[in-house]
Amino acid sequence: MPAPEQHRLVFRQIDEPGYSNDLACYLRNGGYEVLRKAVRRRPEELVDEVKKSGLRGRGGAGFPCGVKWSLLDRKSGKPVYLIVNADESEPGTFKDRYIIYRDPHQLIEGIMITCFANKVEQTFIYIRGEFPDGAKILERAIAEARAANFVGPSILGTGYGCEIYVHRGAGAYICGEETGLIESLEGKRPYPRIKPPYFPAVLGLYQCPTIVNNVETICHVKHIADMGGEAFSKIGTPNNTGTRILCVSGHVQRPGYYEFDVGKLTMGQLLNEVCGGPLPGRKFKAVIPGGTSAKVLKFGERYKGRRKVGAEMVEYDWGVEDIPMDFDSLAMVGSMGGSGGVIVMDDSVSMVEALGNINAFYSHESCGQCTPCREGSLWMKRITARMVHGDARPEDGALLKSVADQIAGRTICAFGEACAWPTQSFVGKFGDEFKAYSQEKGGPRPDAAPELV
Amino acid sequence: MMNLSPETLQKIEQVIPHYPVKRSAVLPLLHFVQEERGFISDEAIEWIAAKLEIQPVNVYELVTFYPMLRRKPIGRRHIRVCRTLSCALMGGYRTCAEFQRQFNTGLGGISPDGEVTVEFVECLASCGTAPVVMIDDELHEKVDAARARALAQEIRAAARPEGAR
Repeated sequence: MPAPEQHRLVFRQIDEPGYSNDLACYLRNGGYEVLRKAVRRRPEELVDEVKKSGLRGRGGAGFPCGVKWSLLDRKSGKPVYLIVNADESEPGTFKDRYIIYRDPHQLIEGIMITCFANKVEQTFIYIRGEFPDGAKILERAIAEARAANFVGPSILGTGYGCEIYVHRGAGAYICGEETGLIESLEGKRPYPRIKPPYFPAVLGLYQCPTIVNNVETICHVKHIADMGGEAFSKIGTPNNTGTRILCVSGHVQRPGYYEFDVGKLTMGQLLNEVCGGPLPGRKFKAVIPGGTSAKVLKFGERYKGRRKVGAEMVEYDWGVEDIPMDFDSLAMVGSMGGSGGVIVMDDSVSMVEALGNINAFYSHESCGQCTPCREGSLWMKRITARMVHGDARPEDGALLKSVADQIAGRTICAFGEACAWPTQSFVGKFGDEFKAYSQEKGGPRPDAAPELV
Repeated sequence: MMNLSPETLQKIEQVIPHYPVKRSAVLPLLHFVQEERGFISDEAIEWIAAKLEIQPVNVYELVTFYPMLRRKPIGRRHIRVCRTLSCALMGGYRTCAEFQRQFNTGLGGISPDGEVTVEFVECLASCGTAPVVMIDDELHEKVDAARARALAQEIRAAARPEGAR
């Protein structure tokens, strides 16, 4: 079956010739019209539209956005904060970069609709430190929007006001975890908070109710306010609504960002048709479907089970190529949609070395708060580095797995799982390669084999 | 005394009221000071702590945590090569080695000519155009070894005063 056409909602404008990131251009293209209409409605109606839309968070966890909003503690009487998570740091993910750099006003419009709907008092955009120009672009765009009364003390003469400030991170992956982000914004080390009791909706920034939403999620809010929650919920598939940006990197002919109706496209269509297939003379070996934390999928393996289609349960028997790119299907095959970062590896790649690369990342980025993660991520890195640069032993795979198995579920935040899942899945699916690595490492390598550790 | 420039002091005064709690401004202040001075000195830690009415250790613990904050000066230009998986799959390690060779330097130090510091950093979130490199604040995409040589040449050319070669 041929791949469906891209459906660009969030990325509708960014590649249009002549489209620029200033307010004048945004206004020429219908910018802020949705906000103008939104502020004439009751805030509760807008929250209902988002609930009806079925929108699930695009940052990684896929939590329903409307539910997140409805959990806000309104009885406390404390101010409500919105934090836009623009930390974009899950390896393989690069969608928010293009929204921020090329279409910042779309994000600001989404923010102001979100703020109006939730009676937010102040917004912070937490942008990763490695986007210095992105921070400047956002600050300029906010100043333009403030001058035009879309942001500020009384937006569009409504009497409702909200300020947006940009806050720059400084290179720490853990700041993408929402409670770590909040600690960082409070000026502390970004050690994630324990839940309960520190659910951001109740005890967030400065112990006030706080919404933390991803950049892409906030942009979808604008489109939901525009078309209505019901119409949005008809895009995509049930429980996986709307469009989603997929970021493809690694060994394909045409890496890049693509936006599709969620679940209407399979992994095979994405990689073979949209991205042009493997590089010349190579074959796909493995793919990580949702950022490096997601469990790896191995080409050639089969996924079988029963799933709900409409009201019925039906059998499925999929290869990697057959998996629909939605949250639920990727969870059914034991991985996750995560942040939409699809990383492709071909047959030139040693899975031991690829895991070594990933382990180095997580050991660098563990915040160090919980012992299993701090020590375990370091051990996993050291073991894979030794396998590559020193002596590899046939039992190293089992050793790696035993370390990983002791991390997941024993930490304050999901980083424990994020650093354990790659090892568990790589060793689980490519165990023979780990066993044979000691014999094979000195032997001939494919010409294209990249250095990874 | 820090003797920061009037521009930096102005940025500092503007950013503090963005936050209901002063301590929140510590990262922005660290960025501003590092942008002017190149690194965070003991003196800077004390000054920021006093400015925000917190203990110096509350500033120091951030400087030692965040990868982008530095306790030592770096070269005139800062070359950050992405090390993480997508870039590595496309040859990021070769790119990094080429920059090191071009400036005869290891990772993290200052090159003998004082010109650059080469660092291998984690994901820069531009995986679709791998391998990527940041030179100072600017992102460069699809930087293979040949492109790294060309960029090194540009850096060297910009370093030499007119007519000096």
